[in-house]
Amino acid sequence: MMASSYNAKEEDGHHSGSSTHGGTGAPKNKKPDNTAFKQQRLPAWQPILTAGTVLPAFFVIGLIFIPIGIGLYVTSNNIKEYEVDYTGVEPNSPCYDCANSFTWNSTTPCVCTVNFTLTQPFESNVYMYYGLSNFYQNHRRYVKSRDDSQLNGVQSSLTNPSKECKPYLTNPETKLPIAPCGAIANSLFNDTLELYYSQPDGNTSKVTLVKRGIAWYTDKNVKFRNPGNDKDNLTERFKGTAKPVNWLKPVYELDPSDPENNGFINEDFIVWMRTAALPTFRKLYRIIQKKPDSTPTLASGKYVLKITYNYPVRSFDGRKRMILSTISWMGGKNPFLGIAYITVGSICFFLGVVLLIIHQKYDTRSNSADIPN
Amino acid sequence: MCRSSGDVNSAFFTVHTLGTVEALSLHSLCFPSRCLFHSLWCHNLFFSLLRSCAGEENWVDSRTVYIGHKEPPPGAEAYIPQRYPDNRIVSSKYTFWNFIPKNLFEQFRRIANFYFLVIFLVQLIIDTPTSPVTSGLPLFFVITVTAIKQGYEDWLRHKADCSLNECPVDVVQQEKVVRTQSHKLRVGDIVMVREDETFPCDLIFLSSSRDDGTCYVTTTSLDGESSHKTYYAVPDTMAFKTEQEVDSLHATIECEQPQPDLYKFVGRINIYKDKEEPVSRTLGAENLLLRGATLKNTQHIYAVAVYTGMETKMALNYQSKSQKRSAVEKSMNAFLIVYLFILISKAVINTVLKYAWQWSPDRDEPWYNHRTENERQRHVVIRAFTDFLAFMVLFNYIIPVSMYVTVEMQKFLGSYFITWDEEMFDEELGQGAQVNTSDLNEELGQVEYVFTDKTGTLTENNMEFIECCVDGNVYIPHAICNGQILSAASSIDMIDSSPGGKRIRDLFFRALCLCHTVQVKEEETVDGIKRGIHQGRPTSFYISSSPDEVALVEGMKRLGYTYLRLKDNYMEILNKDDEIERFELLHVLNFDSVRRRMSVIVKSISEYLMFCKGADSSIFPRVVSGKVEQVKAHVEQNAVEGLRTLCVAYRRLSESEYQEACHYLTEAKLALQDREQRLAQAYDVIERDFVLLGATAVEDRLQEKAADTIESLHKAGIKVWVLTGDKMETAAATCYASKLFRRSTQILELTKKRTKEQSLHDVLFELNRTVLRQRSISGLSVDCLDFGLIIDGATLSAVLKPSQEVSGHGNYREIFLEICRNCSAVLCCRMAPLQKAQIVKLIKSSKEHPITLAVGDGANDVSMILEAHVGIGIMGKEGRQAARNSDYAIPKFKHLKKMLLVHGHYYYIRIAELVQYFFYKNVCFIFPQFLYQFFCGFSQQPLYDTAYLTLYNISFTSLPILLYSLVEQHVTIDTLKREPSLYRDIAKNSLLRWPVFLYWTCLGVFDAVIFFFGAYFLFDNTTFTSNGQMFGNWTFGTLIFTVLVFTVTLKATKCLGLGFVIWGSLLFYVIFSLLWGGIVWPFLNYQRMYYVFMQMLSSGPAWLSIILLITVSLLPDVIKKVLCRAICPTATERAQVRKRFLKIDLKFYLC
Repeated sequence: MMASSYNAKEEDGHHSGSSTHGGTGAPKNKKPDNTAFKQQRLPAWQPILTAGTVLPAFFVIGLIFIPIGIGLYVTSNNIKEYEVDYTGVEPNSPCYDCANSFTWNSTTPCVCTVNFTLTQPFESNVYMYYGLSNFYQNHRRYVKSRDDSQLNGVQSSLTNPSKECKPYLTNPETKLPIAPCGAIANSLFNDTLELYYSQPDGNTSKVTLVKRGIAWYTDKNVKFRNPGNDKDNLTERFKGTAKPVNWLKPVYELDPSDPENNGFINEDFIVWMRTAALPTFRKLYRIIQKKPDSTPTLASGKYVLKITYNYPVRSFDGRKRMILSTISWMGGKNPFLGIAYITVGSICFFLGVVLLIIHQKYDTRSNSADIPN
Repeated sequence: MCRSSGDVNSAFFTVHTLGTVEALSLHSLCFPSRCLFHSLWCHNLFFSLLRSCAGEENWVDSRTVYIGHKEPPPGAEAYIPQRYPDNRIVSSKYTFWNFIPKNLFEQFRRIANFYFLVIFLVQLIIDTPTSPVTSGLPLFFVITVTAIKQGYEDWLRHKADCSLNECPVDVVQQEKVVRTQSHKLRVGDIVMVREDETFPCDLIFLSSSRDDGTCYVTTTSLDGESSHKTYYAVPDTMAFKTEQEVDSLHATIECEQPQPDLYKFVGRINIYKDKEEPVSRTLGAENLLLRGATLKNTQHIYAVAVYTGMETKMALNYQSKSQKRSAVEKSMNAFLIVYLFILISKAVINTVLKYAWQWSPDRDEPWYNHRTENERQRHVVIRAFTDFLAFMVLFNYIIPVSMYVTVEMQKFLGSYFITWDEEMFDEELGQGAQVNTSDLNEELGQVEYVFTDKTGTLTENNMEFIECCVDGNVYIPHAICNGQILSAASSIDMIDSSPGGKRIRDLFFRALCLCHTVQVKEEETVDGIKRGIHQGRPTSFYISSSPDEVALVEGMKRLGYTYLRLKDNYMEILNKDDEIERFELLHVLNFDSVRRRMSVIVKSISEYLMFCKGADSSIFPRVVSGKVEQVKAHVEQNAVEGLRTLCVAYRRLSESEYQEACHYLTEAKLALQDREQRLAQAYDVIERDFVLLGATAVEDRLQEKAADTIESLHKAGIKVWVLTGDKMETAAATCYASKLFRRSTQILELTKKRTKEQSLHDVLFELNRTVLRQRSISGLSVDCLDFGLIIDGATLSAVLKPSQEVSGHGNYREIFLEICRNCSAVLCCRMAPLQKAQIVKLIKSSKEHPITLAVGDGANDVSMILEAHVGIGIMGKEGRQAARNSDYAIPKFKHLKKMLLVHGHYYYIRIAELVQYFFYKNVCFIFPQFLYQFFCGFSQQPLYDTAYLTLYNISFTSLPILLYSLVEQHVTIDTLKREPSLYRDIAKNSLLRWPVFLYWTCLGVFDAVIFFFGAYFLFDNTTFTSNGQMFGNWTFGTLIFTVLVFTVTLKATKCLGLGFVIWGSLLFYVIFSLLWGGIVWPFLNYQRMYYVFMQMLSSGPAWLSIILLITVSLLPDVIKKVLCRAICPTATERAQVRKRFLKIDLKFYLC
């Protein structure tokens, strides 16, 4: 009797529960699904980090990293690099006069020459960089002071550049829009570097510097474009714009000799426009192609660097350098990566050994202690 | 229970339609309201304010309702037309027009949202390093999703309101029944309700289609009790059978202003008849039909509306439920403050350094980088402040919006595992566990004290009549359970056949048949046919709110005395000789938990009899004769066996005594004020001078696996306290049976019996000494005795009473706590509901601030469920009130084990790791930016591109950790269940303590330094491409970002089962980066990322350095874990290893 009354009660509750409104009654009486996910029984392989399981990993890392590190270190050491500082800070340096006599308005370029000697021949392609120090290309005001659509050849942006370019937006006198606008373009590096080889016989020969191929392919072909119609004269296409205040010549005269390297698609310009990450940086200037015969690209001997000194850096304690470097698959000379790999590899190896000892000492002990439980 | 509308501050306002009440309010509870979905709260506050204002305006203690809007006859009373709200239920918060402004306002009241809004506005106003999109987009996303969700919920509420407000209602007007819409109902309208209809508002029951003026009602949707309750029509109006008659009624009702208590109502009806003095009748809760209840088994009723719309008791309920916050949340907020501090100090440091650095004008404004004229003219203080704000904006990502979203999502989605759990599904009930709030998931893993109810929680609450003792003789029904009924005559052991004994026995059985509030439900529906076939004969069955009563009446049936029905105030009993005896039921003195007894006054053919049954402690003092000693001994013996005992007594009343009692009762019942108190006084006067008849014993079996559960909880380091209203002996027996006390447990008693002999003071100090001595000894010896404390309600209130003698001896409270701290188990018996809550509060506020959990099944447990940090309701037989007010509801007590040991453990570990990881990954993210400032002239140049800044937290790194935090299982479910002691590993919020937080933050800083300087040395003045071309600052940032994303994602890879998510997430990053850099995006004014990612990947050293940096940044964490595990493993770690060994062993055997 009791059981029956109990059931009836339940039935009653059941009934009234579902009859009130469908919403609550329906899901309540549903038994949950017995799926692995809902019952939290998903198969999972959980690596438990014990000395035993981690040991092999450490040794493997050590064994892989150390050879890589050695390889990198050796490669880096084989790279030849030569650096010339031509800022002209010291009174006896060749460019001291040019550096001191610099004025923004001077029309006559100041030229100075620096002599240097390569003790070892440079094989394969040699890359010529200019380097600047204490130059904050990554300053926020500087980084954003450009108009990418103007550089991409958008006509409306050419005559009406983005406000971000301020205060290098319009020419203060003519009020014409500046092309290319902004602080980055305005401060384009405009020293000209020429390299002469003093042959042992006393003659000097000019080293051929290739000025193409120094910018990213995508920048040169997609991101940077000259405005207007290709058929028109470049000068026409930049009509109605002013040159950046600090430039000596307008953008369409950056390289009059090569129409494919003039205007916005001038590679020196493109390289400059890629702002550097750190205040001390170098940028690719020229490439010295390796010679078809087996003679080294740059033989050891005396060289003369002829600088047309236009770019002032003394005001902010900057430095200017010219760097010659060969390149391997891993880039220029940088021992850091190799050393880091060797160090990390060794640490891992060492930790492996330490863990091995710990494993012997503790793990076996704790396990044997646990098993009786 | 404090349910006054005053403390609604942090409550939900979820008034809904009947059925959707549960669905929607549940829904809104499930989805955390505290953070994102805060507005419910605000709305509620607003509403309560509104209400309280309105309340003050026309504050009166009672209201007068004019039935049928008829004025009282002149001279009786002044007719004051009163204005009441109409019967419109408004649970929606918004209208179409105010949705957007109101919702936005409510969302931005949340401090986090407001913070992000401020950042966004700062970005809009000043020249900031990052575009406003970076903070605007996530904020917009969060706000929109929340708005859509809330809008949808409100739309549902609108729909529900609408359907409810427009549902048809029959109103009696001009002697006709008129159909109208529910919301047009006004106070004073006479309403007709038909069978199975729900009441449209709170009504005073006037008359019924049943002759006896009763009706049956279920209140399932109000309090979950499915039993039919009887309500009584006003006696003077119950004769009105037609609309015309009802409409002719001329009366007013005076009643109290709306109150939320469902079970209390005080009022008076004044009926005016022509030229006669008005008749006054008292009205009580038994006359009040509540909105939301459903009429059953009654054709139709007439009733008059007294409370309408938002003033109905249902609307006033659903309000107060205090918000509970978990310990994890508190530590999370503390961490946030630390990070805010770090953020501000970072910004200050950088601002100061910036101005120090650019002191010389060549640095400030070199020729290549001039300011605009405007900037130059700005005052230096303004400039510095702007710079400070800009730094704040740059570093603001250290406190991510997405953390809130992820934590909320984790809690919300994670709580589904509880509802899905098959092991917590109860076939009998057809229900699994319920989650009413997902905010407290992780708190389940932190519980230190469990307070459990006994009846219905530890025990089945499935009462079975075992035996009775009449005048010292024991009777046992032969047919025990099994639903079998033996022939009535054979089922009594005739031990004593002396005439006096027989008389007493007859009286005893009659007393049990009469002294109860059981209803008989006749089977007449489809169910009945089914059951009729099943039983082989037409049956009826008993319904009562108390299972004890049902057990007793059924036990009597087995002993040959069948209670048939209550008809026209006559109770009919079929006695052993198949004769029907009729008793006129005159008064029922209802049971209450203070008196702990109930009585009826009946009239048999010639005499007035009062029968009383109740707890022994409340009966014995009122007994004047009878075999007290024998019965007492028997009762005590039963109690030791764990049986629930009740004593039965009677008193013969003379005519005059009866009249006197009648007078007392009616006077008390008619009282408008303090009725409860006056009734209690009246009962006290009437219920005395009893003759003891005997006692009954009812067994309440232990719930399945209750002992196992308690044992597991003990092993898990949780202290279990049993709080019960039962008597000490019964409760103690249950405690032994459920292994709360073991044979070895030394029991300390702190009961009234003992304090009678000694002063409370002495007892307390003595116990304290015992405990302390034991502790000092057990410090040396290996087997320490554990203590169990038994305390009763009276002593407890004495202990808790603020002591007068403050001087010298200190507070009893502290000593009591000290004793409790040293006891493994505590039993508190004879507890009133409010005392249960007091105990919980006492422990909660003790100096260790332990996390408490209360579990119970009945309405008397609600107060402690609401008080404890986590409240768990058992879906028991005493209605659903506990389950409704709880945070989690489970079908059986045994499910508590899995709830705490498995789910709680998992949730805690998951959320703890989630929180730590979030802080870690944002340190990694932002610290390189901070370092970069030292190399870019403190110019606020961001390291990463805008897209990366925006998406880092939203999409690149959020999914793996969310999934990880949903499915992480460092130990299997079986291990957790097998080894409850693993619970101790996470006790006291151990994974979110300051050292752990510091460790993660340091790890983040270390990794950030590795990323930044790794990339720095790689970029340092050299090229790393094979064609000699150089990379710029964006490549630098992208390299760091790539290493960052990989490291941070791989750190979440502790469980390789998630492989696809991890790799998927990383793949998404790579594909996004390729796409982002692969196109010259139109409409963007910069193309800084064009081909940056591809160019970087085309360089060998970039790959090598990415691999190297990831390895280096993962190393320390791995080493730390390995060393910790090897040198001092936690129990959890040992369990992991052990499982592994088991597996290996198994494999070994199989091979």
